[in-house]
Amino acid sequence: MLFLADFSVIKPEPGLLFWTTLIFIAFWFIMSKFAFKPIMQGLKQRELDIQGALDEAKKAREEMSHLMSQNEALLAQAREERAGILKEAKEAKEQIIAEAKERANAEYKRKVESAIQDIENQKLAAMVDLKNKAGQLSIDIAEKILRKELSDKTAQDSLAKSLAESSSLS
Amino acid sequence: MKVSRKYIFALILSAFGAVAFAQQGNEHNHTHGEGDQHDHAHEAPAQAQQPAEAAHAHEAGAEHSGCGHPASDDPKDFNAGETAIHHIADVNAIHIFGDTYLNLPVILYAKGHGWKLSSTAIFHAHHHGNGTVAQDGYVLVHGSVMRVQDPAFPMGEVKVSEPTHDVVKTDKGKEKIIYYVQANGVCYTLDAKTTFDGGLMGGGVTSFYDFSITRNVFTMLLTFLLLFLLLRAAARAYASRPGQAPKGIQNFFEPFITFIRDDVAKPNIGPNYERYMPYLLSAFFFILGLNLIGQIPFFPGSANVTGNISVTMVLALITFLIVSFSGNANYWKHIFAMPGVPKPLLIILTPVEILGAILKPFTLMLRLFANITAGHIVIISFVSLIFIFTNKFGAGTGTAIGAAASIPLTLFMMALELLVAFLQAFIFTMLSATYIGSAIEEHHH
Repeated sequence: MLFLADFSVIKPEPGLLFWTTLIFIAFWFIMSKFAFKPIMQGLKQRELDIQGALDEAKKAREEMSHLMSQNEALLAQAREERAGILKEAKEAKEQIIAEAKERANAEYKRKVESAIQDIENQKLAAMVDLKNKAGQLSIDIAEKILRKELSDKTAQDSLAKSLAESSSLS
Repeated sequence: MKVSRKYIFALILSAFGAVAFAQQGNEHNHTHGEGDQHDHAHEAPAQAQQPAEAAHAHEAGAEHSGCGHPASDDPKDFNAGETAIHHIADVNAIHIFGDTYLNLPVILYAKGHGWKLSSTAIFHAHHHGNGTVAQDGYVLVHGSVMRVQDPAFPMGEVKVSEPTHDVVKTDKGKEKIIYYVQANGVCYTLDAKTTFDGGLMGGGVTSFYDFSITRNVFTMLLTFLLLFLLLRAAARAYASRPGQAPKGIQNFFEPFITFIRDDVAKPNIGPNYERYMPYLLSAFFFILGLNLIGQIPFFPGSANVTGNISVTMVLALITFLIVSFSGNANYWKHIFAMPGVPKPLLIILTPVEILGAILKPFTLMLRLFANITAGHIVIISFVSLIFIFTNKFGAGTGTAIGAAASIPLTLFMMALELLVAFLQAFIFTMLSATYIGSAIEEHHH
């Protein structure tokens, strides 16, 4: 069992210590400069990019929902306004109709009244006319009767006498 | 800071590491016992040679020259442990297949001789990675450069024999393998390269230092290049396709990077995590890349880099330095004068806290090292079953039984090691982040 005496890996050797130090330190600096730092930088940059993109998406989503709620509010407002307008229109319509009715009624009344007046006037005129005609007719009839009654002398005398009697009595 | 399940998980892993070590300790003691049988009272470092003494304690092999034994070529002498140890070791020349080696640059320094810059090609290695010539006293043994101890050894190219070895006991009571080569009929003791274990692990300062581009260094450079090309391609995609969804290689690396960022750095370090990200990512990918390349069983993989304590030591030390330099007043106050603790108690508490601060990187070092080395050893051991059974029951049935046992076990272990490769890279990064986090944490009392 002589081999363990030759177990060289456990003996620190100056040559290997020297070369390991040199190579590892060179590895450390060269790799840091040309590999690890650019990679770390790249990774960091990418993480920032991803985070930025996520943040942006979140912001966009928030804005979108904000806009949507705004739209909703606008729509509700519009709907409300429409309802208001409709209500107003209805009221106006009713008012106009009522006014028109009233006016029509008044006109009708006025017309009826004026018609009654007219009729009354016409009636009065007709009455006057009729009275005039009836008067004329009775005069004519009286004239004819008189003419016939007074055609003899006795009748004339009796009349004159009655007239004279009536006048003397008064 | 929340005490999450992650901590418990890390604790369990550390416990596993500790168990692995305890077992190693036992093994070591075990070998000690055996080593006593052939204790030659060698003083290490030994003099040029004591072949006569070395010889008599051993049953003399056929080729025994009184200069250690040669490595056996007989399949009957197959030793799974030895094979594993050789496979996980760092070497100067990479074995590709057969007797083909990838020769790497050697950078050697010996006192009195100065620097030597060359390539392993000069050693004319043949099978087992053993060189056939010595160059300025340097020879290649199992793919590793060694040096003849005797300063009188002739410089330049000298033909040498196949290396031989022997186990001796040092004056510190540690076991040690001594290698020898013969040149011109004389036996020479070889020195291994200097190691900084202070003789604790059988190494120590020897006659030369090896700063070569070894297999581990080569694998680290290869991993560096590979990771650079892949991650650079991913990084370019961010610049060339800004604002677009990730694609291809970007998708491959992104989960790792975001995982380290979101599940390792952010929760453990806090708001200042970005400063530490390059280090955490570097440590993670460096360890992961080496772990995975080490898993490939053939060239250019299979190197046990993160299972070598030198490598994990450097990584742990860098974490320790980052923690120490980032530590705020609060952190240091909690170590040197824990607030709200009676003064006499601080005599006990402060050393414990200081020890804790040192042990943290120490466990980082050991955990990674032990896990990866253990994985390599287990896989090699399972593959070795084929050879063991072949030796036991012959080439026909033995090989069949060995393969039947080995293939599913190796497959299972490979899958497990794949998990371990990711897990250990993650644990190292995770704990580094935790330590950094505790050092920069602002306490609110």
